[in-house]
Amino acid sequence: MASQPAPARAGTGVLGWRPGAADLALIALLLIALVGMPVLNALPPDSGLKLPDYMIGVLGKFFCFAMLALAHGLVWGYAGPLSLGHGAFFGLGGYCMGMYLARQKAISAGNELPDFMVFLNWESLPWWWTGTHLAPVALLLIVAVPGALALLFGYFTFRSRISGVYFSIISQAMVFALMLAFSRSELGFGGKTGLTNFSTILGFSVSDQGTRIGVYVATVLALAGSYLLCRWIVRSKLGQVLVAIREAEDRVRFLGYPADRVKLFVFVLSAMIAGLGGALYVPQAGIINPSEFEPAQSIEVAAWVAVGGRGTLFGPILGALGVNAAKSWLTGFAPELWLFVLGGLFIAVTLFLPKGLAGLWPQVRAAVAKRRGGTDG
Amino acid sequence: MAEAETPTARAADKLGAFAKAAKPGAAKGEPVKAAKGTLLYLDGITVSFDGFKALDTLSLVVEEGDLRTIIGPNGAGKTTMMDVITGKTRPDVGTALFDGRHDLTQLREEATANLGVGRKFQKPTVFEPLSVFQNLELALASERGLLATLRFRLDPGRRARIDEILDVCGLGDLRATPAGQLSHGQKQWLEIGMLLIQDARLLLLDEPVAGMTDEETAKTARLIHDIKRRHTLIVVEHDMAFVRELGARTTVLHQGTVLTEGSVDAVQNDPKVIEVYLGR
Ligand SMILES: Nc1ncnc2c1ncn2[C@@H]1O[C@H](COP(=O)(O)OP(=O)(O)O)[C@@H](O)[C@H]1O
Ligand SMILES: [Mg+2]
Repeated sequence: MASQPAPARAGTGVLGWRPGAADLALIALLLIALVGMPVLNALPPDSGLKLPDYMIGVLGKFFCFAMLALAHGLVWGYAGPLSLGHGAFFGLGGYCMGMYLARQKAISAGNELPDFMVFLNWESLPWWWTGTHLAPVALLLIVAVPGALALLFGYFTFRSRISGVYFSIISQAMVFALMLAFSRSELGFGGKTGLTNFSTILGFSVSDQGTRIGVYVATVLALAGSYLLCRWIVRSKLGQVLVAIREAEDRVRFLGYPADRVKLFVFVLSAMIAGLGGALYVPQAGIINPSEFEPAQSIEVAAWVAVGGRGTLFGPILGALGVNAAKSWLTGFAPELWLFVLGGLFIAVTLFLPKGLAGLWPQVRAAVAKRRGGTDG
Repeated sequence: MAEAETPTARAADKLGAFAKAAKPGAAKGEPVKAAKGTLLYLDGITVSFDGFKALDTLSLVVEEGDLRTIIGPNGAGKTTMMDVITGKTRPDVGTALFDGRHDLTQLREEATANLGVGRKFQKPTVFEPLSVFQNLELALASERGLLATLRFRLDPGRRARIDEILDVCGLGDLRATPAGQLSHGQKQWLEIGMLLIQDARLLLLDEPVAGMTDEETAKTARLIHDIKRRHTLIVVEHDMAFVRELGARTTVLHQGTVLTEGSVDAVQNDPKVIEVYLGR
């Protein structure tokens, strides 16, 4: 009874977190991202502190990965299932955006069909491209398509009580199947090349620095919004139900909660957030192709979350940003080392930081409190 | 009653017949009435695992307000019986009715739970990272739907109810402790508390005193005596001292079927029981 934690605010998730610290850290991070980076970018080139133009795109992509990690961590960290196929949702969201951008390009060139279809001598637009030139339709598809896949996938797996490693393997199979499918040019998504060479988004030229800043800011805001949504869920009683499902799913059913439906709900929501992240990624990367569906990519997402901290919302964001920063730094001079470093990082975190980077702060504080509390017993 | 032409009507008829046979005094009562008082009705339940019959034409009737103890050697099928009642295991054949009209063999776990069947597992399962308070909050009777859960507010009435149960199971001082840090006995009480706060009509306790000290066992017996005033209870137990302490009508299971049923004394002195169970 000596190690009683501070009384939790009843009705909120405890999970080792004193609520607030993570939120404050995230607010600081987002403010720097939202204001600091564009300001640094706007400095005159000779000032020495200027953030190069291309860095806005790099950071923007990192924040898209952060959305993907947040989405993944909501499912893995709270409800329990380890998805190794979240790249599917990210990629599908990306393709929906890619279709919109490809149509914009065609329209500005006076064509009905995107370039690659002209190249394939296709006569008319396939039906599944209908309406994709309209921004509202594209926006809807960006969340609806990943959401629908997650609904289908989650419905059958959760209903059949598929969990643990079986769930992970099937989710890998799903993303692998998508990679194979999207690599075929008959499917009408540009085959292995994918969709690229975009010109405008919402009427603005994608190569203008102003547009880039706009997409970047939209990404940071989308991340903030997704975080708030996830935070609301995990802080509600539903968040406790999620943790309870992670710990003892059967017991949750015997309490009368519809465990399958609860898992399905967060899984679909997670897919939608991942899809939005993927959509924002495409204009910043300038391309979407089947490599987003590579199984290894989806495994890496789980590594970001593990490194950042499973069971928190801040952790996955931190993990995605940290790991990707390390990756782009290292691949600058020794790309062949990356997989070893990632593997080493993963092992080190598992051994020494079971709660990941996000767990470091509470861990340190607990240690300090313990040392201080040692005198008064 | 509208139930006359439902599929359960046949079962209800059987139920009437069963009630007559079981309680000659009540033979004049009409079948539907008998069904009403019967909270749990199991008849001819058989469950086999790869040909092995864990339950073999098991029958059991528990009236509203009863406290029933169930004893039987290891592997007798006690836990499997609870699995059948709570929808975890589907019987091969047999009737399982709750409140005379709900067919338990057709319901999923959460649906059965929401009818008012609560269960404490043999191995205590509380939600370890959540505090004692949060464990009770999760179990607290409330709407279980997705949206209702998302919008759930802990109003003063609910808080008071949780405080009350914390008191009943003697965990008031540990409300903020993660359930994983509780002792074995405390976990068992927390689980019983979770059953109480769930407001279940029928509580199933699977070996609630297994692994407890004598003192903890005595405390649990007092707790159950307290609970039985408001709930129907089925308690599965090995510990004969504890069963005597409860002093309730006792059913002896052996090889998946009922060996005998009666008062603790009658059961204990039954030569069949002594042979298979007590005289081991
Ligand atoms: N899922 C299962 N698969 C196979 N055999 C089982 C399963 N569940 C229980 N059994 C068997 O059924 C018998 C009854 O088990 P159980 O109901 O747990 O007994 P008790 O609770 O009375 O000790 C045991 O022989 C057990 O091995
Ligand atoms: Mg058992």
